[in-house]
Amino acid sequence: MTVASNENLATVAASARPAAPRRQRGALWAWVVFIIGALYFIVPLIATFEVSMRSIPLFSAYTNAFADPGFFSSLLYSFVIGVITVVLSIVLIVPTAFWVRLRAPRLRPFVEFITLLPFVVPPVVLVFGLIKAYSRPPLPLTNSEFGSDALLVFAYVVLSLPYMYRAVDSGLRTIDIRSLTEAAQSMGASWFTILTRIILPNLRVALLSGAFLSLAIVIGEYTIASYLARPAFGPYLQLLGANRAYEPAAVSLISFGLTWLAMIAIAMLGRGSRTRIQIGGAH
Amino acid sequence: MTFLTLSGVQKQFGTTYAVHDFNLSAEKGEFVSFLGPSGCGKTTTLRMIAGFEQPTGGTITVGGTDITHRPPNQRNIGMVFQSYALFPNMNVADNIGFGMKVRKRPTDQIRKRVEELLGLINLPDKGGRFPYQLSGGQQQRVALARALAVEPQVLLLDEPLSALDAKIRVALRKEIRAIQRQFGITTVYVTHDQEEALSLSDRVVVMSEGRIEQIGAPPEIYNFPATPFVASFVGTLNLIQANVVDGASARLGLEGQEIRGAQPGAATGARVTVALRPEAIELGETGGSNRLRGTVEDVSFLGSIVRTRVRIGGDSVLSFDQFNDPGLAASAIGEEVTVSFSPEATLILEGRASADAAIEQAIAEV
Amino acid sequence: MTEIASVTAERGVPPARPARRFRPGTWAGLIPFFVFALLFLGLPIAFLAFGSIADNTTGAPTLDNYAALSTPLVVNAFQTSIEVSLVTAIVGGIFGFLLAVAVILGRLPRVLRSALMTFSGVASNFAGIPLALAFIYTLSAEGMVTHLLRGVGLNLDFKIFSKFGIEIVYLYFQFPLMVLIIAPAIDGLKPEWREAAENMGASSADYWRRVALPILTPTLLGSMILLFGNSFGAQATAYQLSAGLVPLVPLAIGNQISGDVLHNAGLGYSMAMGMVAVMGVSIVGYAWLQRRAERWLR
Repeated sequence: MTVASNENLATVAASARPAAPRRQRGALWAWVVFIIGALYFIVPLIATFEVSMRSIPLFSAYTNAFADPGFFSSLLYSFVIGVITVVLSIVLIVPTAFWVRLRAPRLRPFVEFITLLPFVVPPVVLVFGLIKAYSRPPLPLTNSEFGSDALLVFAYVVLSLPYMYRAVDSGLRTIDIRSLTEAAQSMGASWFTILTRIILPNLRVALLSGAFLSLAIVIGEYTIASYLARPAFGPYLQLLGANRAYEPAAVSLISFGLTWLAMIAIAMLGRGSRTRIQIGGAH
Repeated sequence: MTFLTLSGVQKQFGTTYAVHDFNLSAEKGEFVSFLGPSGCGKTTTLRMIAGFEQPTGGTITVGGTDITHRPPNQRNIGMVFQSYALFPNMNVADNIGFGMKVRKRPTDQIRKRVEELLGLINLPDKGGRFPYQLSGGQQQRVALARALAVEPQVLLLDEPLSALDAKIRVALRKEIRAIQRQFGITTVYVTHDQEEALSLSDRVVVMSEGRIEQIGAPPEIYNFPATPFVASFVGTLNLIQANVVDGASARLGLEGQEIRGAQPGAATGARVTVALRPEAIELGETGGSNRLRGTVEDVSFLGSIVRTRVRIGGDSVLSFDQFNDPGLAASAIGEEVTVSFSPEATLILEGRASADAAIEQAIAEV
Repeated sequence: MTEIASVTAERGVPPARPARRFRPGTWAGLIPFFVFALLFLGLPIAFLAFGSIADNTTGAPTLDNYAALSTPLVVNAFQTSIEVSLVTAIVGGIFGFLLAVAVILGRLPRVLRSALMTFSGVASNFAGIPLALAFIYTLSAEGMVTHLLRGVGLNLDFKIFSKFGIEIVYLYFQFPLMVLIIAPAIDGLKPEWREAAENMGASSADYWRRVALPILTPTLLGSMILLFGNSFGAQATAYQLSAGLVPLVPLAIGNQISGDVLHNAGLGYSMAMGMVAVMGVSIVGYAWLQRRAERWLR
């Protein structure tokens, strides 16, 4: 009953003070929990920073990292793959979510079940199955660079399906799509126009939030990229970690910092609307 | 014997006062309403009585004990929330029995009391239902039973009916009052609906912008409003501007016509606001010695009442009500008519600028 | 949603829509989605499923691969994976919950809440090589914290490349995941419930015991199930940390893909199906708990 007695103390103190508004101070246990959590999270980051500073001369870990052509090429590769993934996800999911809400609400549980499936199939199992399915005719995708790239994109679309669908669905929930669609149809708009001119613009924040998250997932992903032998950022990091002493620390911190900036950007974008920050997971 | 007393209660947020110098003495068993528009401070005051807000000044006493600084869970004051606030994880019976369970009362005592209360609120077989399975009106009744279960000294209700349909509202408010009478609990009822306040209360506290405008029994508030705000907020009211032609004889002039006020005393030459209830006005010359000529501007059919709006000229408009009579022909728009009312029905309101009066008139005409 | 539903109810059903039958049009708009799901989710699983009941050399149907699941190596892998996932789910769940309650209800400065939320968004994705490296730098034999503790005389004989080490590391993305999942549920605790409880004489502890925790329990359990699944499927971090020292199912499957150790593709398939089964059961449990939670809070 610690909180109750804190309140009582505050009450007594307040009645002693003449007409001053009572200020709520943070509870002790809350501070303790927060500090423990903060320590657990920050210490490894500090250790990483410390290691990155061990290189001689100072900061050379960072300059070397940037100077390494592999850094930018793999980052660029992952970024491009990420963007394609996001675009494909939007093209696939927005019409689907829209259709489910408008025309086929009874199919909703079924669609939602499918969006939960990626949780049931972990990345390592997914890539296993994809390789097995697509390394032979009629669709030997793994035999070519382009085919493998395509397979990577498809795998990532599957991976980000739950998050994108949830973002789009909650975005749709806040706009009255039935009335908007009927109004547009009465003015002669086609389905394509309705989707691109009316629905998509209203989903801007939800899409951005889902997009940032998917991008973060793609750039940080290792398992699928590695087993499909793609020159992505994840495998590059692993190679770096195996061969260099201080550069991996620098690159880790850089990627962490960039992702945090992206998350803050989403949070600021989402402030005006009702979409919440979506969540990620481990791979 | 006063049971609930608020003396000099105020609530300050930074530099603004949500509640100024609130003084009220309520008797045991009395039903008092706090009536006012949104933001007038009525809910803040209620929450101070409950203990969810701390007053920045003044004291609150219940049954002789100063409870101003007691935490809410030690005040034994029951509260019914606007959003019902029933615990979703418990069924109706457990919700009602919550207070007693927290006080560690024996199980069969709890069971008996819950049964009693379920019967009282007319939901005898709904004990096992969960809140999401009940309608709004049923949930509110359960909330009331829950608040009463621990036999509180004071019962507080925060706009309990505003989330419900009109018909249910009327039925439920009668139930609430009947139950309150039966238990004889001192009750404070917050609402913005003046019909509710007037029909239920022993006394009404009309509030505006954190201050008490008037405290009194419903007929007093309605017939003898103390301030222009009360006059315009409670009931519909006609407000017209007039000049005092002669203060001694209470002659008032407006739009080139003359009427007599209720009593002399106004300063000659002053510009005053005259307030007039629609029910005091009659079409024709039978309503009283005051006569005004005007043109019919609008006729609204409101069911049992027909409301006619007559423009006396310039800015002055009077609305009056007639009981709907199918045999009676309604006035035509544009028709020239005479309306009459007795001098005793007029109320002179002074002290407000004409701009305020125009606003209040607009409110009255809605 | 309710407003839309009631408005449409008032306006009446538009004439062209039959009540019961599924017109083909209902499915049409969803075809691309179903095709995609079939191609890149359904097909891979199907191949794995068929592979798991096929003999490695002849291709004839057999259940040998499932029988092979009972070998000590595989059983050990599953046991370790389940144990690690349970531990990180429970510890991650409880402490993540406490963290979320601390920043939301603990009257801490508002900025700490947004800092924790954005950080959690990043940290829940920080798995893999960077995370493994970070903890190697911190807690391995040469790690920063190990050095510090040795400096004060505490010789921590801690092996980061162990089951316990993996559990500590996994918490780094489990805590944030829990925080993110549970925060909306904590926000959903209406202040009126607490006020109503206090009003009837409940203390803070009473309120938590009888109202808040019961309301939150389905979501808490559901989130812990998600955490379990998240940990069970994680591969990259463990790969970096254990390099074969700690037996985990994702690692074993990974080995099968690269064809390293066992050269027994069929076993790989049956292990994969085993994983799918474990995850499937978790998801069913999660969905059931979600249903319970939503029903009350309608």
